[in-house]
Amino acid sequence: MSESSGKQIKKRTKSFHIKLPADTANLDIIRKFVAGIAENIGFPEEEVYKIELAVDEACSNVVKHAYMTNSREEHIVNILVYEKRDHIEIIISDKGKGFDPKKIKKPELEEYMKKMKRGGLGIYLIRELMDKVSFRIKAGVRNEVRMIKYLDK
Amino acid sequence: MEKFEVVRNDSETVSVLNIRGYLDAHTAPDFEDAINRLIDENRYKIVVDLTGLQYISSAGLGVFMGFIEEIRQHSGDIKLSSASPKVYKVFDLLGFPSLYEFYEKLDDAVFKFNNDEGK
Repeated sequence: MSESSGKQIKKRTKSFHIKLPADTANLDIIRKFVAGIAENIGFPEEEVYKIELAVDEACSNVVKHAYMTNSREEHIVNILVYEKRDHIEIIISDKGKGFDPKKIKKPELEEYMKKMKRGGLGIYLIRELMDKVSFRIKAGVRNEVRMIKYLDK
Repeated sequence: MEKFEVVRNDSETVSVLNIRGYLDAHTAPDFEDAINRLIDENRYKIVVDLTGLQYISSAGLGVFMGFIEEIRQHSGDIKLSSASPKVYKVFDLLGFPSLYEFYEKLDDAVFKFNNDEGK
């Protein structure tokens, strides 16, 4: 492959990165950031909404669960977005305590209501909203949720 | 900052909470406070009017789940009305329509409460 054609392929991927304090006050900024990129790719409004929601859920989990309240480390959430021709890829990462994605099951709402439980819905929703979702957990080092949504699906 | 607002309207038996804007992990505590206040006042017949709700995440859904058992134990309920299709979709993904009553119009939800009176 010639160098020039290689460059053309590279041009099709743009990446954007923001790093913010893990705080619910930043959720709206994160949603707008991701929505802007999804709109650029050409996702229709209701798909943009799903992408925003999936990212919100992942970041809300980081805020709520990743870091111990009194820990001294920086409570940070990273959002890396790849804008591709036919899909969007989003990687949300933190350096918190991580979790076991295998333990997240479809929530039984009735059970939830009886126990007056509130959490645990986020990961399930992310899986419903996005086309591909994967996790890489290295507690205290780097935990990431990677999600992809395709334009025509 | 995207806004969230709760406006409360009481009739004799039914309280309507009109929620507007963006309901996420940041704003869910405001919604929770509004429901807590109703419970403190023994007002268990609640309609949540979603007309102006532009966005909801699972943190918002969690508020509905956290109180419903207690409210139903007091012969009350939370009924929902006027969800936009995209907001309804989120409730639907988590199976809410089988456990909560959704109405297209606020009046229908209020009417249902009043009509069930004295049964």
